[in-house]
Amino acid sequence: MDGVPLFAHRQANDVIAYQRGNAIHARQFLSDIERLRGVLPETRHLLLACQDRYHFTVGFAAGLLSGRVSLLPSTLTPEVIRQLRLYAPDAICLTDDPDCAIDLPRVRFPMGPGPDPGPGPGPDPRGWSVPRIPAGQLAALVFTSGSTGVPIPHAKTWGPLVRCVRVEAERMGLASGGGWAIVATVPPQHMYGLESSVLVALHSGNAFCAERPFFPADIATALAAVPAPRVLVSTPIHLRTLVAVDVALPPVGLILSATASLSNKLAGELEARYATPLLEIYGSTETGQIASRRTTATDEWWLWPEVRLTTQNGQASIDGGHVEVPTAMGDILEKTGDDRFLLCGRTADLVNVAGKRSSLAFLDHQLMSIPGVLDGAFYLQEGSEPSGTGIARLGALVVAPTLDAGTITRQLRERIDPAFLPRPVLLIPEIHRNATGKLARHVLRTLVARS
Amino acid sequence: MDLMSDHQNAPATAGQLSSSGELVREIAGLITQALNLDMSATDIDPEAPLYRDGLGLDSIDILEVSLVVSKRYGVEIKADSQDNQNIFRSLRGLAEFVAEHRTC
Repeated sequence: MDGVPLFAHRQANDVIAYQRGNAIHARQFLSDIERLRGVLPETRHLLLACQDRYHFTVGFAAGLLSGRVSLLPSTLTPEVIRQLRLYAPDAICLTDDPDCAIDLPRVRFPMGPGPDPGPGPGPDPRGWSVPRIPAGQLAALVFTSGSTGVPIPHAKTWGPLVRCVRVEAERMGLASGGGWAIVATVPPQHMYGLESSVLVALHSGNAFCAERPFFPADIATALAAVPAPRVLVSTPIHLRTLVAVDVALPPVGLILSATASLSNKLAGELEARYATPLLEIYGSTETGQIASRRTTATDEWWLWPEVRLTTQNGQASIDGGHVEVPTAMGDILEKTGDDRFLLCGRTADLVNVAGKRSSLAFLDHQLMSIPGVLDGAFYLQEGSEPSGTGIARLGALVVAPTLDAGTITRQLRERIDPAFLPRPVLLIPEIHRNATGKLARHVLRTLVARS
Repeated sequence: MDLMSDHQNAPATAGQLSSSGELVREIAGLITQALNLDMSATDIDPEAPLYRDGLGLDSIDILEVSLVVSKRYGVEIKADSQDNQNIFRSLRGLAEFVAEHRTC
């Protein structure tokens, strides 16, 4: 048969997801997809804003099976929505939030009990079949912020998406099914969340949890609502908070972390506290996931098979495997073997706050586009990490004689993700730039210190 | 899409308990300290939203605040129960929650 199946579950009553602790079976999933397809208008682009991970997945699958493309922007600020409308004028927003204020034509996810999916599979095999999707079909456009204010789309085709998470399932030890339940603190709209909760569950015959727990106690509750064996898919921020509060969790068979490097110390504490291995995943929006490591055992990242790393003049490039075109990485990667590398920091302009990536050039551009701002520059506050979450935040120097800091922050909130909002906004009379208009880092540091 | 969470959309309802101004100021101090806010504790309006247009915190900040508050007062903060939905609607809401649930 042609194409790549929607999921790897073999029986109609295999569990695909848990929603509020209730199992949702493969047959129900297919029925819910058809129900949603029945209410979607005839448009090609679908912004998946559902907060419930199962609703998101039904929307994603309904898109796949009807030739639609899912739009996954990195943030949903009014400015990003405006840009999306320019990019895909036919886009509609699928939401499960009655108060959703996204400025696109909105379709409410059909709630309440759907039609009975019918009896379980009988002796007639025609009663059950898993849809297949052409490997080359465009499944999603995942956006990064770019440097000029226009979001940059990255095409994700179905075959490579599946190929990537099949490797991930092997690395996680989930490949042979086994009834794993995956609880994730990251949203499915983020590349890591899409791959490591939704897609890895679909393509290892396991189940994901529809809820997205946030506080440590919520994570414990979400894990307790699903049967063992359990996987916790999370980020250094959430995991650091778990350890700091010392919350008790039900037995967990694996913890997965991505979006930023986890320290060896915290990885060790997590493994000891929760008696489980911890795996880290490395990837990017452009490439998807490409490497993993057992942090307590090694600093080296282990590439996916067939994915190759080359470096030239300090610039790392990835291709092969599910990465269809050579892709330059925003990180400095030092090759230590054919399939191993060390992560040695970010290239100069990129900032990563809580797994959200942007560039200082993009942020400066947004700042300067505010009426009344004459000059301005974002900077990373080095060595100012707060106690618990360990997140380095941004500040900004702004020349804007007619504006106050509050106005500038409100204007920025319309334009950039809240994670990048500068704190503090330092208003200064002028910024001295060099002949090329650039602002040397040391000049910037002096200005910050003086302010 | 917010990587962390989207609790800022939780609907607000009026708190049931009043709490002392002292506790409000103490928690304001914890918040400004934990988040390196460029303001003094007394500058935080107890009634203003902590998210967005009020104090302008985001979900990473809220996780940080939940951490210092739960350690200081021995309270368990959750997002998934009706009672707890409005903890972070304002400094006052947070203080009321702490007053009601504190164990130390």
